[in-house]
Amino acid sequence: MLYAFKIATRYLTASKAQTSLLVVGVAVGVFIFIFMSALIGGLAEFIISSTVGDISHVTIEAVADVPAILPFIADNPPGPVLTIQQEAGTADVQMRSTEAFIPLIEALPGVVAVSSQVNGPGFITRGAQVLQVSVIGLEPGKESAILDLDGYIIAGTARLDSGSVVIGKTLAEDLKISLGQTVRVKSADGVEAVLTLSGIFEIGQGGADRATAYVSRATARNLFAMPQGVTRIEIKLTDLYDADTVALRVQALTGLEAKSWTDQAAQLLDALNAQAQVGYILKTFAMITIVIGVSSALLLSTYRRRPEIGIMRAMGAARWFVLVVFVSQGALIGLMGGLLGSAFGYLALLGFPTREEFVPGDLPIDIRQGAYGMAIVLTALGAIAASILPARSAARVDPVTAIGQ
Amino acid sequence: MTDALVEIRDLVKTYGSGDTETRVLRGLNLRLDHGELAALLGPSGSGKSTLLTILGTLMQPTSGSHVMLGQDLTAADDRALTDFRNRHIGFVFQFHNLLPDFTALENVIFPTAVREGRETAAARARGRDLLGRMGLADRVDFPSTNLSGGQKQRVAVARALMNRPELVLADEPTGNLDRASASQVMDLIGQINRDEGTTFLISTHDEKIAATCRRQIVVGDGVVTG
Repeated sequence: MLYAFKIATRYLTASKAQTSLLVVGVAVGVFIFIFMSALIGGLAEFIISSTVGDISHVTIEAVADVPAILPFIADNPPGPVLTIQQEAGTADVQMRSTEAFIPLIEALPGVVAVSSQVNGPGFITRGAQVLQVSVIGLEPGKESAILDLDGYIIAGTARLDSGSVVIGKTLAEDLKISLGQTVRVKSADGVEAVLTLSGIFEIGQGGADRATAYVSRATARNLFAMPQGVTRIEIKLTDLYDADTVALRVQALTGLEAKSWTDQAAQLLDALNAQAQVGYILKTFAMITIVIGVSSALLLSTYRRRPEIGIMRAMGAARWFVLVVFVSQGALIGLMGGLLGSAFGYLALLGFPTREEFVPGDLPIDIRQGAYGMAIVLTALGAIAASILPARSAARVDPVTAIGQ
Repeated sequence: MTDALVEIRDLVKTYGSGDTETRVLRGLNLRLDHGELAALLGPSGSGKSTLLTILGTLMQPTSGSHVMLGQDLTAADDRALTDFRNRHIGFVFQFHNLLPDFTALENVIFPTAVREGRETAAARARGRDLLGRMGLADRVDFPSTNLSGGQKQRVAVARALMNRPELVLADEPTGNLDRASASQVMDLIGQINRDEGTTFLISTHDEKIAATCRRQIVVGDGVVTG
């Protein structure tokens, strides 16, 4: 086996130009494989982080109780009665006794953060200007637990205390307000609070930047007259694809209805899957190109070396020995091409911004998703597979015919 | 009577079938003893090359028996024949047929290395010794492509002797050499035959070469005629 490997190496080094071209050809295929892996992976991560990364992966929302019909009317109708059941607004819908669940949810495997919130509709007033907003009450210290509010702050701070409010850039421009100035925030229940603008954020989404006001949970409790309980619990996970499983666990643990982000993002998942499929297809084509290239080059080599194969057979080389000589060449070409292509790929990807440095407009390539090891292993295996046909052909060479050539 | 090295009986070899069938060997009988130096003569198409090919276990006969060293080789499979060939038979071809990407020494030790799976020190030592006996001690590490025709053929003879075979088959070993080189190669063959008792069967058209051998075997129309 060792000697067959030596002969394979000698054949490759004997035709340096041909071998170099072949290895470079394989390396180009590997480079494409790595580039596509980094691009598709980076693109998927970018899409996920910009759409799903900042949202809750599992959400528990308060469900409005079905209003009961007054017993007097229900039991003693004075005649024909027309009843209308009107569900309560969000602010009046709450989950009581959730505090006991929070540590249990936080202890679940894969859970990164849990944020219990008091949310509801409200109005923000400055001077004569009144704008409708969604008021979100967050726990102090957990402002960036789900949405990276701190990361989106363009002025001031994301930290919320009982007298502060953080609003979007568009809303701040609409209100013509700057940091340190006060606004009135009024809930749909009519409770009003005067709050100081402590931070301005810019997420880049019109709705959030124009109509969201973050306040402390204590402020939100006052506004929505909700001394206890919460309206919403948001859970962030290490792996967002575990959301369905974690949602079921949370539901079993708390008895509350927990929804996975995938329930509302079927189209996004389909798009991501389609994108991944495109990536697989392109990478498969790259591998097929490598296999065809190696196979055809080795077939030519087999044909060119038929007389030598005949001599080897005449000198007592078994068929398996000839087979190993040519399969080893394929393996070496694959390995060298894989290593070279991976090195090229890595160096080329170094030129692109990292995920942390990435800004919209850049090509979202993630160097960490280059699948270098997989590229090398697949290429070596592909090249070995590609060499089997030429190797079998070489092993079948009739020494009498070959020596006579 | 001593045991024969090779004994062939009623050997038939046909190529093709039906209308295109060609019978090259027609019931050929031949015996070669240990230590013989024999020339194989005959016109083109007489079946010399086919006989050498069958003797070298590179081809099986259509019928007949081929026994060497007491083994019936007509019943052996490819793997057994390859191993037998490696251990007991050496080849010298008209066009030397060295491996072009290998040095003289690497060519010589190939038959041993391919059997043992690596190039051992012992094989290298024997290879150097053989090349020295061929007058090529200063060409050991030369690429085979850089050797002259006569030198290449002497390397080929050394390679044929590497595994100490009982039989060396030489197909027109001097056919491609000038007179001086041809004489040199034949002298070496004669010397090895005398010193080591290796049997040589040399196919040739050259009467002078044949005359240097102790036995002349003439093949005509697929049988031994003399």
